[in-house]
Amino acid sequence: MAESAVVTENLSKHFGAVKALDDISFKIGKGELFGFIGPDGAGKTTLFRILTTLLLPDGGKATVEGFDTVSEYRQIRRISGYMPGKFSLYHDLSVEENLRFFATIFGTTVSENIHLVQDLYSQIEPFRKRKAGKLSGGMKQKLALCCALIHQPVILFLDEPTTGVDAVSRKEFWEMLNRLRRQQITILVSTPYMDEAGRCDRVALMQSGKIMTIDTPQGIRQQFRKKILAVKGRDMFGLMKILEGFPEIERSYLFGQSLHVTGVSEALTADDLSARLRQQQAPDFRVEEITPDIEDCFIDLTATRE
Amino acid sequence: MATQEKVIKVINLVKKFGSFVANDHLTFDVFRGEIFGFLGANGAGKTTAIRILCGLSYPTSGEVTIDGLDIYRQREQIKKRIGYMSQRFSLYDDLTLGENIRFYAGVYGLSREDIRQRTAALVDKLELHAIEKKLIRELPPGWKQKLAFSVATIHQPGIVFLDEPTSGVDPITRRQFWEMIYDKAGEGMTVFVTTHYMDEAEYCGRVSIMSEGKIHALDTPAQLISKYNVRNMDEVFLRIARNIEAV
Amino acid sequence: MNKFRGFVIKEFFHIFRDVRTMIILFGMPVMQMLLFGYVITNEIKEAKIAILDHSRDHVTTELSRRIVASSYFQLAQVLDHDKEILDVFRKGDVKEVIVFEADFAEKLEKTGQAKVQILGDASEPNTAKILVNYTTGILMSYIQELNTQTELPLRIDPVTTMLYNPQMAGVYMFVPGTIAMLLMLICALMTSISITREKELGTMELLLVSPLKAFQIIVGKVLPYVFLGFINAVTILLLGNFVFGVPIQGSVILLLLESILFIIMSLSLGILISTLTNSQQIAMMVSMVALMLPTILLSGFIYPVENMPKILQYLCYIVPPKYFIIIVKNIMLKGTGMEYVWKETLIIIGFTMVFLLLSIRKFKIRLA
Repeated sequence: MAESAVVTENLSKHFGAVKALDDISFKIGKGELFGFIGPDGAGKTTLFRILTTLLLPDGGKATVEGFDTVSEYRQIRRISGYMPGKFSLYHDLSVEENLRFFATIFGTTVSENIHLVQDLYSQIEPFRKRKAGKLSGGMKQKLALCCALIHQPVILFLDEPTTGVDAVSRKEFWEMLNRLRRQQITILVSTPYMDEAGRCDRVALMQSGKIMTIDTPQGIRQQFRKKILAVKGRDMFGLMKILEGFPEIERSYLFGQSLHVTGVSEALTADDLSARLRQQQAPDFRVEEITPDIEDCFIDLTATRE
Repeated sequence: MATQEKVIKVINLVKKFGSFVANDHLTFDVFRGEIFGFLGANGAGKTTAIRILCGLSYPTSGEVTIDGLDIYRQREQIKKRIGYMSQRFSLYDDLTLGENIRFYAGVYGLSREDIRQRTAALVDKLELHAIEKKLIRELPPGWKQKLAFSVATIHQPGIVFLDEPTSGVDPITRRQFWEMIYDKAGEGMTVFVTTHYMDEAEYCGRVSIMSEGKIHALDTPAQLISKYNVRNMDEVFLRIARNIEAV
Repeated sequence: MNKFRGFVIKEFFHIFRDVRTMIILFGMPVMQMLLFGYVITNEIKEAKIAILDHSRDHVTTELSRRIVASSYFQLAQVLDHDKEILDVFRKGDVKEVIVFEADFAEKLEKTGQAKVQILGDASEPNTAKILVNYTTGILMSYIQELNTQTELPLRIDPVTTMLYNPQMAGVYMFVPGTIAMLLMLICALMTSISITREKELGTMELLLVSPLKAFQIIVGKVLPYVFLGFINAVTILLLGNFVFGVPIQGSVILLLLESILFIIMSLSLGILISTLTNSQQIAMMVSMVALMLPTILLSGFIYPVENMPKILQYLCYIVPPKYFIIIVKNIMLKGTGMEYVWKETLIIIGFTMVFLLLSIRKFKIRLA
């Protein structure tokens, strides 16, 4: 992280009364795979559009590879690859034609750079004559990524590439990104799925135009202030109702097959909670201490902010 | 919660588009009061099936009854008994909450008095007094989904279809949304839901997993997890999808 | 330059692969021409008329003969009384009734003035107008002949539109009108749609993020349409000439150059519309309401500008096709050259400059 690929200082942007970005500052190192994680409306797309020079910030400044996003937008446009949130290729052009088009408008050719995307392209090559509009969701995504990479960008912006994509295709997509990292490209990716955080070198958790925290996924888990307990049982909803009545519990919420619980005080242990639940004659349950997930951290950060 | 009464009956449902088979002999039942998770990869045929169940398109062949009504002959009655909500289309952005409710309730033929009472009940329950008169687009994004669900069930349908209702919603609101689903199911409403969040699959009473037009698994999450000998639904899903690809 | 060529090739792919675009581009001009051409020429071919001659002298007989002899009219009935007139109109077959006043020849000789009443069935106003124009044309040419024969100056009705095209006034008008309308439609509507489509698809984001410059995007978008618009203009002229016998009296080169100018003007208008709108639907609405309707209604294409209320007449001055129609009419039908159309040409150039200037100022190199 000797050099920064992206630097923002006090970046803000509002649309009418809505603050889409509120005083955002961060640095991303060259070659990092960096994730922006947050729900719809967190400001991810606005941030990406500012960094790709599509929007002007209202306040603050940002540089990409040392170029200012406002005054030196031309240079940035030459070196960045961008995949917008929506599938944005020409439906009426074939796979090949799309790729060729995006190569030409960057002043290069497919043959010159095909080796950069060979791994990815070989998967869609059998369909190269097919119109992009007729591809399956996963194929479209691969083609879009190929098109974003064909001019050998130094930095790649992927805005919610996995939203609305099923769990299997999502995993495959991240595996592709991992392979891409070998080419030393800086990759910025946004996603609403918290479980994808672990795939990144570092992540920023975003909510309502603010960055709540930036760290490695491991670091974010370690930042978690408290012990977190998982309660499992047959009747989860019943357990949840019982837990809601406990004054010593700060928060309890469903998390997959279990309920995650944090105590008001740090001292609340798994044994304490088991005893309390037995007292209430809760049937058939198990309590254990666990390490928090990124989603636990996100919930905690949002809740404490509110 | 779930009873033994079959509220959705599907036998050998087939839907073809030209030579492409979107739904390949689907057979399953959904019980009254059940939360039924309808999972599958993109393009597996989920949306096609939901459209048929909602009476929006006819199957190529097969038998489907919704709440005892035949999908071919009693579409209009079916539409009155179901609710539908998707992440793509939910509430009108340029109307207030009250106006949205009045519109939907009006569509389902609720009387003026009913509409007034149910609106008041909803506003009380969700503590919406402050935002009742605001346009939907002025509300925080998480709210929209919860309100859309309330509006989609304002006519108290027997079955509600939710197509990726929580896509892009923050983790806290997502959980509040599921609490609302549990509440409705507790009142006896059948909930038919699709999602890409695998933790949400765990909240369903039973889930089916579709791939390439077929249902490859249908059971409670716990049964599926033990059957495939994995830790959670995410892995079940991966197993099923990957196995199929390997074949 | 390679970038730019790639861009234009892509545009042609979009056009050739979209059936609807192809229909609008190539089906529409032919359809419109045939439609207007046949409807207008058929309506007034052998139209049934009735004559009520109160005079029955040598002049009225000769006039009747000339009218009926022309290929446009067919004598359906000879009337004896004024009260019969309404009846024949009610039956609907007869489109026009010509009434000669009593002692027609005598009055013409003595006072140099005689009255003919021409009644048209205005339930079809365009047909009626054209028929009345023909009839007056035939009457006028007769009087002109008489004037050359006699020393006595006979009264001539100063209907200027008859001068250049004595019997066909209005008929050929559909050619200039159709050219103007189609070029406007294809160039303005299609470019505005094709630019907004990229905005809707989200591909505009990708284009903006690429090193393509704003003017490359704009010119790349419109170039195919300049080409296709030109092909259309030629098609219409050829169809008009060979199918409907519309003559091109003036310079073909000048006509084509003026067409290219008008195409460029329409394109710049299309670009302007697309910079102001974000969806294809709105672009289409704006094009329809702001371009098509004025082109049809206010350009003098169908309804003559002179007959409109004053306010509408002023409005007509800002409808660009009006000037193009004047230019085409002059070159094609009157055979005049640049010396008669330079003013209109300058006005169209002016429009083009304004639209281009506005679009360049409005075109965003960013999303907002």
